Amino acid sequence: MNILVCIKQVPDSNKVEVDPVTGVLKRNGVESKMNPYDLYAIETALRIKEKQGGSITALTMGPNQAAGIIREAFAMGVDYGVLISDRKFGGADVLATSYTISQGIMKSGEYDLILCGKQTTDGDTAQVGPEVAEWMGIPSLSNVSKIVELKEDSIIVEMDMTHEIEIAEIKYPCLLAVDKDIFIPRLPSYVKKQETKDREITVITLADLDDKEEKHYGLNGSPTQVQRIFPPEVNDHREVWNGDGSELTGRLLHKLKELKFA
Amino acid sequence: EETVETVDKENWKGIAVYVDHMDGVIHPVTYELIGKAKELAEKINHPVYAVMIGHGIGAQCEELLHYEVDKVYVYDREELERFKMEPYTRVFEDFVGKIKPTAILMGATTVGRQLAPRLAARLKTGLTADCTILDINENTDLVQIRPAFGGNIMAQILTPNHRPQMATVRYKVMNAPTRKDSAGGEIISCDIDSNELTSKVTVLDIIEKEKEQFIEASEVLVVAGRGIKKEEDLAMIKELADLLGGQIACTRPVMEAGWLEAKRQVGLSGRTVRPRLIITCGVSGSVQFTAGMNNSEQIIAINKDENAPIFKTAHYCLVGDLYDIIPDLISKIKESRSVSA
Ligand SMILES: Cc1cc2nc3c(=O)[nH]c(=O)nc-3n(C[C@H](O)[C@H](O)[C@@H](O)COP(=O)(O)OP(=O)(O)OC[C@H]3O[C@@H](n4cnc5c(N)ncnc54)[C@H](O)[C@@H]3O)c2cc1C
Ligand SMILES: Cc1cc2nc3c(=O)[nH]c(=O)nc-3n(C[C@H](O)[C@H](O)[C@H](O)COP(=O)(O)OP(=O)(O)OC[C@H]3O[C@@H](n4cnc5c(N)ncnc54)[C@H](O)[C@@H]3O)c2cc1C
Repeated sequence: MNILVCIKQVPDSNKVEVDPVTGVLKRNGVESKMNPYDLYAIETALRIKEKQGGSITALTMGPNQAAGIIREAFAMGVDYGVLISDRKFGGADVLATSYTISQGIMKSGEYDLILCGKQTTDGDTAQVGPEVAEWMGIPSLSNVSKIVELKEDSIIVEMDMTHEIEIAEIKYPCLLAVDKDIFIPRLPSYVKKQETKDREITVITLADLDDKEEKHYGLNGSPTQVQRIFPPEVNDHREVWNGDGSELTGRLLHKLKELKFA
Repeated sequence: EETVETVDKENWKGIAVYVDHMDGVIHPVTYELIGKAKELAEKINHPVYAVMIGHGIGAQCEELLHYEVDKVYVYDREELERFKMEPYTRVFEDFVGKIKPTAILMGATTVGRQLAPRLAARLKTGLTADCTILDINENTDLVQIRPAFGGNIMAQILTPNHRPQMATVRYKVMNAPTRKDSAGGEIISCDIDSNELTSKVTVLDIIEKEKEQFIEASEVLVVAGRGIKKEEDLAMIKELADLLGGQIACTRPVMEAGWLEAKRQVGLSGRTVRPRLIITCGVSGSVQFTAGMNNSEQIIAINKDENAPIFKTAHYCLVGDLYDIIPDLISKIKESRSVSA
């Protein structure tokens, strides 16, 4: 059983700066961490490996410093690491990102199961998983909230469809985007961190991919263009009420009546 | 050196809305999107299309004609009874190939959030997630505005050189149009070969979650935050919600304490709500919380800290102790009702 987990490095804080010219985020100098939703995907991979054996590879696309989150994955028990990195990949939207990742996956090995997190905390689209699966021509399921059974050539899972739970069997190779809380992620182990500190990480650049056409990657390969980024608007109608309890409740009751709620 | 891909925008006409449904029950976000599509289409003089994929859905298609769509394209087949990624993607691809809409809007539901990206990659086009504002330029470019970074940043996004342009929108972000008594437009039946509808996924079982009132469906919400000191005190919040004909909801710490279920949590990692009235009690107003409720029509916040960030979002800011205000408000409401009764 070969499992691949896609992980992304995200800013540690929500206070981020934007390049006013390109509309691309400045990631240099901002503290970063692993996308918290990806910890659930790693944990899911570790649980499956405990039952089925095999190996787990963690893959990320990002700048060189993104290797840091692969080290973190090693300290959780992941076996191999792949970093897809090239200046030409910068500024990618979901389509270009998922294409680059799918090209990188095909270069890095063969996998039965690809796991993704539910979404990221920065771009926050939850689209990369299904788009990677589409580029690779494999089936995928999102909202996976439980692993029910592992079979020889398929996996049975539960999906949370808001008003109902769907139980489905999906054939390998496939991609699953797991919900948070599918399992509680383990903490990285200090011992494993020490053991793996010199472990090699495979780096894949544009020159290593089958499709070397620059136009298909990064900003050039992205159909969506961020025109501008701005802070959310604050509300304009605002009344501040001070006073003692009964004064406030009197006014509130009056307002609720006026709005036809009381 | 740069060869910008160009698309002949003249060849792409109409704004298409995916009719989101589960076993024939249309998700209300569909009507909201049809309303929005109509507004956009009028600006560029394009038609509005609804695309419905399923089985035994004739009556639903008729119903859609009461919402001012020009055409409803229907793929009605047994194999399409329930949402499955591969066949639904294939069918939608077929529709796009034949009709060439300039834009496609989908609800950011559990189905839409899977189908939209799959389709976007198939069509090699852009997809903007969770748009909160949509507008359209004269040249048919869709202006898509969405929050990212947990609501800390808004991004305005265009898809200038690709068609169709795709966007998802969450439920209760756009306004629902009113149903017209008369029906208009036409239903167009489409066909596709069975052998294109295979799937590597087999649905084994569907378990209904218990029928409960979802906070998303409630017109009034009273939200308990960490300003509530102990679990028993939730009773007064619940009582106020009941009196106002609404539901109790909460912030993440209250859910994490195990006092209320996860499905009652409002916010980024909880539910997005847009009630007509929301009253927050002892809620500080973190961006992760407000991202899930800032589209509510009337926002009343009760907090004893006059600098609490929730007061930037609220329309009525009550600076005071919720333990003074809530019980007194409850008795005043009861009193006023017994007087008028
Ligand atoms: C403000 C802003 C708004 C944006 N809006 C859009 C938009 O609407 N449409 C659009 O196409 N692009 C958009 N982008 C670009 C997009 O966010 C990312 O650049 C894209 O690369 C990743 O998408 P995501 O972060 O949303 O990932 P998600 O789709 O939320 O991630 C889901 C999962 O995919 C995997 N994954 C995601 N990224 C990587 C990676 N780099 N390496 C390995 N695994 C990964 C992880 O398992 C993750 O849990 C936006 C960017 C910004 C800054
Ligand atoms: C990735 C991520 C996702 C998140 N998602 C969510 C989410 O979906 N939903 C969510 O809610 N949070 C979410 N959070 C957590 C969020 O950041 C805040 O921690 C949380 O919203 C705070 O909840 P609170 O307002 O109830 O508590 P606090 O921030 O502790 O605020 C309590 C408030 O009560 C007031 N108060 C205290 N006593 C009284 C009294 N007697 N009378 C009146 N006022 C009083 C205080 O002045 C204070 O403002 C998320 C965080 C992260 C990092």
